Amino acid sequence: MTTPPLPLSDTGLFRVLRDDLSVDPALPAPDAGLLLRMHREMLRLRLLETRMVVLQRQGRVGFYGSCTGQEAVAIGAGFALQGGDWVFPALRESAIMLVRGFPLVGYLAQVFGNSLDVLKGRQMPSHMSGKQVHQVSWSSCIGPQVPQAVGAAMAMKQRGDRAVAVGFCGDGATSQPDVHNALLFAGRFRPPCVVVCQNNHWSISVPTSKQTASETIAIKARAYGIPGYRVDGNDVLAVHGALQHAFERARRGEGASFVECVTYRIGAHSTSDDPTRYRSQEEVESWQRKDPLVRLQGHLRGAGLLEERGLAALQEELTAEIEAAILEAEQGPPPARATVFDDVYAELPWHLREQREELLRLPPAAGHGGGH
Amino acid sequence: MGTRSLRFREALRAAMLEEMERDDSVFLLGEEVGHYQGAYKVTEGLLEKFGPKRVIDTPIAESGFAGIAIGAAMVGLRPIVEFMTWNFSAVAFDQILNNAAKLRQMSGGQLQVPIVFRAPNGSARQVGSQHSHAMEHFYAHIPGIKCIAPATPADAYGMMKTAIRDENPVLVFESETLYSLKGDVPDDPDFTVPFGVASVAREGKDISLISWSRPVHVCLDAAAELARQGIDAEVIDLRSLRPLDEETILRSVRKTHRAVIVHEGWSYGGVGAEIADRIQRFAFDDLDAPVGRVSFLDVPMPYNAALEQHVIPNTPRVVEAARAALYAR
Repeated sequence: MTTPPLPLSDTGLFRVLRDDLSVDPALPAPDAGLLLRMHREMLRLRLLETRMVVLQRQGRVGFYGSCTGQEAVAIGAGFALQGGDWVFPALRESAIMLVRGFPLVGYLAQVFGNSLDVLKGRQMPSHMSGKQVHQVSWSSCIGPQVPQAVGAAMAMKQRGDRAVAVGFCGDGATSQPDVHNALLFAGRFRPPCVVVCQNNHWSISVPTSKQTASETIAIKARAYGIPGYRVDGNDVLAVHGALQHAFERARRGEGASFVECVTYRIGAHSTSDDPTRYRSQEEVESWQRKDPLVRLQGHLRGAGLLEERGLAALQEELTAEIEAAILEAEQGPPPARATVFDDVYAELPWHLREQREELLRLPPAAGHGGGH
Repeated sequence: MGTRSLRFREALRAAMLEEMERDDSVFLLGEEVGHYQGAYKVTEGLLEKFGPKRVIDTPIAESGFAGIAIGAAMVGLRPIVEFMTWNFSAVAFDQILNNAAKLRQMSGGQLQVPIVFRAPNGSARQVGSQHSHAMEHFYAHIPGIKCIAPATPADAYGMMKTAIRDENPVLVFESETLYSLKGDVPDDPDFTVPFGVASVAREGKDISLISWSRPVHVCLDAAAELARQGIDAEVIDLRSLRPLDEETILRSVRKTHRAVIVHEGWSYGGVGAEIADRIQRFAFDDLDAPVGRVSFLDVPMPYNAALEQHVIPNTPRVVEAARAALYAR
């Protein structure tokens, strides 16, 4: 197996959807059922992210980093993965765990960080994780999760598992030693790993052109002796196809690869950012015309798989699902104060037991979760 | 139970070898650990015995292989990471501080990182300031990890085994200058030394000298000198800095009423300051003198041998600090 079945390269741009939104006839025809499932998840994610930013503005959520405009990468990746695979996301891929069966209420409980949250209120929003779906939390320092993904893949290879690990980063993270390290080890040890860079053109206010002089990001893979694939990240079929190829290649023991998904951050970096201060509205609008959800919907309409009444009904259904999940997740009281000492170690050390007893002797602070 | 005479490095090696035989999820990685047998020959023979899948020579990338090991631990393996020296762990600090130490807690207990980071630490004779850090002071600050610093081959053996079997990240601070030290080591593959239990290296009634790793031996020399001067010093070898055996420290100070803390590394904000704080908080009424400190002088380590000896805690400085605490200057 040496020739890729898809026209993938590190300087071109792999696309499945053509400008007229038809599927390139030279490529395998996508399965209609898969297209509709991916559309449903992309639409749900678009609605969810929009709602989350509103909740932050209302003061109900402390922080949020939305993936609006980049949904095709999370959703395309989610559908290309298999059950035993591990995901080491960056900021804008949390939703992969929803595609892989993590309940929406539990996901939102992680945003509220209350007692319904499996992370027990310890991790900030947009750092969601779930061991049940093999997804860990990313590391706020930008990049550290990527060598961890490679290490997880090395462990899988050592144990003879058939699983793969995927590590995500953004274009800015490619400047970090951690991404260099990940690609270095991925090339040197050939574990079943795929590193995916979402090039959304902006690292907060720094454009990719000021981040690196490299011709493309994918081309960096050459220096590490692994294939690099540059993919249209606003084409969910291209993302899904390229990643499926990369994962299968890794699963067959042919080693790691590096995938650059070219996309655009339509919104702010996070709720703490105002992008109108550093980029033009024309630029944003030019990318809005390439919106991955709109493109997929255009294709579905053309293929006779989506009509307006059905779309409106679906939107209504998903909105109701999200609203109900938010209401349920938000109901959880704060975690009991005694839990703050749990899980620091596998066992509770004596000095934390003492600190816990000391804390519990104090009256519960008003509005900050009393009880034990 | 019989004993065998082993050097410190051989005791570490025996512990790793036996634990790798006992549990096939244990593996070793780092720079030069395989073909070169380890920069300090601690891992000698392990590649030959376990093969390149379990003894992995890595590229020169501490932050890389620290992250690799953490990822492998997150999905179920038990890595032992060798840094060539703890000094070089500085470039991997983020992986240890923000990832190894916190992943269990941040994931609500879903993930665990059973991992051992080990390396020589502290002064090592004329290797300059960038090779002479006592890094335990930086790491012992962090909840979620354990820090141990054995001073004898038996403790090196028993504590390395405990470290490998522990479900938490454990940092093992060794000393290049102790690697050739010989001592009796139990001939028992299930011999372990628990963390958080100090040992009384020498009993005495007049003053407590509290230390760990290489300076324990400086304290024992100083105690011998003090004995010649009619002063009976007790030497406490903490062995473990996190968890800390507060009880043994306080029991000793309540007996002797005086204490001097001796360690490598700078005194400002270090582990010695934490111990001095606990003594004044919990044994204030038992003290007959302020708690003394002997540490590196507050300067980057000089290369020159004569200057270096002034910076590192030595026997005369410990004797003088003990005499000052006894008002016997």
